[in-house]
Amino acid sequence: MKTLILGYGNPGRGDDGLGPELVARLEKHPVTAVTLLAALQLQPEHVFDLADHDRVLLVDAGLETPAPFTWDRLHPARDPGVFTHTLSPRALLAIYREALHREPPVTWLVTIRGERFGLGESLSEAARRHLARALESVTAWLADARTVPG
Amino acid sequence: MTEQRYRHLETAENPRDLRRVAIDPVTRVEGHGKVTLLLDEMGRVHQARLHIVEFRGFEKFIQGRPYWEVPVLVQRLCGICPVSHLLAGAKAVDCLVGVETLPPAAEKLRRLLHYGQVLQSHALHFFHLASPDLLFGFDSEAEKRNVLELLRCGRFRDIALEGIKLRKFGQEVIRAVIGKRIHGTGPIPGGMNKHLDAADRDRLAPQLDEVLRWARNGLELVRSLYLANADYHHRFAVIRSHFMALVTGDGGHELYDGRIRVRGDDGRILFDGLCDRDYTGYIHEQVKAWSYMKFPYLAALGPEEGWYRVGPLARINTCDFIDTPEAEAARREFLRLDGGLPVQASLAYHWARMIEILHCAEKIRDLLADPDLYAGDLETRGSRCHEGVGVIEAPRGVLIHHYRIDDDGLVTKANLIVSTTHNNTAMNEAIRQVAAEYLDGCELTEALLNRIEIAIRAYDPCLSCATHAIGKMPLVVDLVTAEGETVQRLVRHGDGAVAAA
Repeated sequence: MKTLILGYGNPGRGDDGLGPELVARLEKHPVTAVTLLAALQLQPEHVFDLADHDRVLLVDAGLETPAPFTWDRLHPARDPGVFTHTLSPRALLAIYREALHREPPVTWLVTIRGERFGLGESLSEAARRHLARALESVTAWLADARTVPG
Repeated sequence: MTEQRYRHLETAENPRDLRRVAIDPVTRVEGHGKVTLLLDEMGRVHQARLHIVEFRGFEKFIQGRPYWEVPVLVQRLCGICPVSHLLAGAKAVDCLVGVETLPPAAEKLRRLLHYGQVLQSHALHFFHLASPDLLFGFDSEAEKRNVLELLRCGRFRDIALEGIKLRKFGQEVIRAVIGKRIHGTGPIPGGMNKHLDAADRDRLAPQLDEVLRWARNGLELVRSLYLANADYHHRFAVIRSHFMALVTGDGGHELYDGRIRVRGDDGRILFDGLCDRDYTGYIHEQVKAWSYMKFPYLAALGPEEGWYRVGPLARINTCDFIDTPEAEAARREFLRLDGGLPVQASLAYHWARMIEILHCAEKIRDLLADPDLYAGDLETRGSRCHEGVGVIEAPRGVLIHHYRIDDDGLVTKANLIVSTTHNNTAMNEAIRQVAAEYLDGCELTEALLNRIEIAIRAYDPCLSCATHAIGKMPLVVDLVTAEGETVQRLVRHGDGAVAAA
């Protein structure tokens, strides 16, 4: 089973960098058949990164997310994300379906609770704790494809 | 004359008696901006303003950091154009370490990086954000005006797909030069840290025939759309301004390194050969109480006559030639629009943008075949000084980075003038023109308000804060009385539909 983990956010904006940071930590212990990718923002061309994977995990930071993190199964949807430079995860899947004329891979979104998103700030203490918990959960998910996240 | 013909709409004489309409946020632009209109009871427009949240706290962010970290740090300013800040920051750092001229390999690698980013940035803007207005029409249903609907529409599906593929190719070029990490590490003080891998060339070069074809298709699309409704495009959001851009020593189109030229609205060259590092001598900035963003102008002409535009339209209007054959042919045809004079229509930015996509594809093709990318010195050294300025033509126009450092190499002062700031007066004049000519006295509808956004969008402003945390995407239009009472609220829902709330 080929897996893509795509963490996105801006590390220069404090806890906004939680997604890329989770990917950076996974890179220290590479796993076969797992593609790791980090990006500042989701963009339309990411549909080509999702292609050829059986499952996808997107990792984002959320200001109003219940701590420490949430798992959500994503389905394609047209939402305000199609109107901006920054695509929403669901809008990305919708573009995937329309651009490639097939259903996107099974996709989950892990949203890690962040606290501060100011320019130049580092990860907050709370975000670090949330990140550690999320990393445990993602690692378990990688170890067992049958794991039901929660 | 560069007189702001609609300047009388900048500030209403008696705002107390007027109602206020806000477009907040302006959609399909990067970052958060809003437009406010003041109207009387007859719907006559008395005031139109674009407000933008500029980079705040940047100086504090960068102060105290060692200069060699600058190229990486500044990429964090913006999630859309990190490579622009990387390159401008790197050029400023070259200046700090006393390097005037990079080894050929290093300069060409940076240029390759830059062409890749301009190509992908222009592709995102035109195909993803701007083309739905042009293809479906300004009056089409709001929920249709997005890239998803283009993909669903048989007539436009290939166009949208080619736009996404152009974008992907540009990103691949960027990754080949600076790696896959979220913050590229290619540029170093006085050079680059690695050559291009031949394997990357072998992966990228075979794609270029298709990339060039997509670029030609995009150019032909925008050309035909523009000419099919030429009368309208010659009126809509047309303002008269000077244009500023970098050019080569012999007046050619330039994106990475050159001299500043200003061409007047009448086609005459007003200033030429200006050293970009002396920008404080000829660019001054005006502050207005109602905007966070300053209003740059040419010091010699003053704020009333000295405002100008930057970006793709400015570059095509300002240069004497483009050094790639297909883009040059396109430039010549483009300039016939106004009989050889600078093209003034805001929507002509899209056409100019597509000429530059073709130019970048041609330059990438040529550079990948250049042996300098794969061998030779990558770094040179000079004597460190305390002040450095780096100027490039970012996709949206002239981008200035300016740093001062102390004896320990720590940044003591940082100043940026980003492309969008240069265009501040122009964008405001453009929306005042649209408000006066298309909204004045009319019952406001979403389609009419969209015309304001279309005018702004033509400039591809980057209002970025790059934070995209979930729950931070307000999409509301409020109708507020002068006393601040909200009398009507329109909400743009997830499907793009606008409804009263």
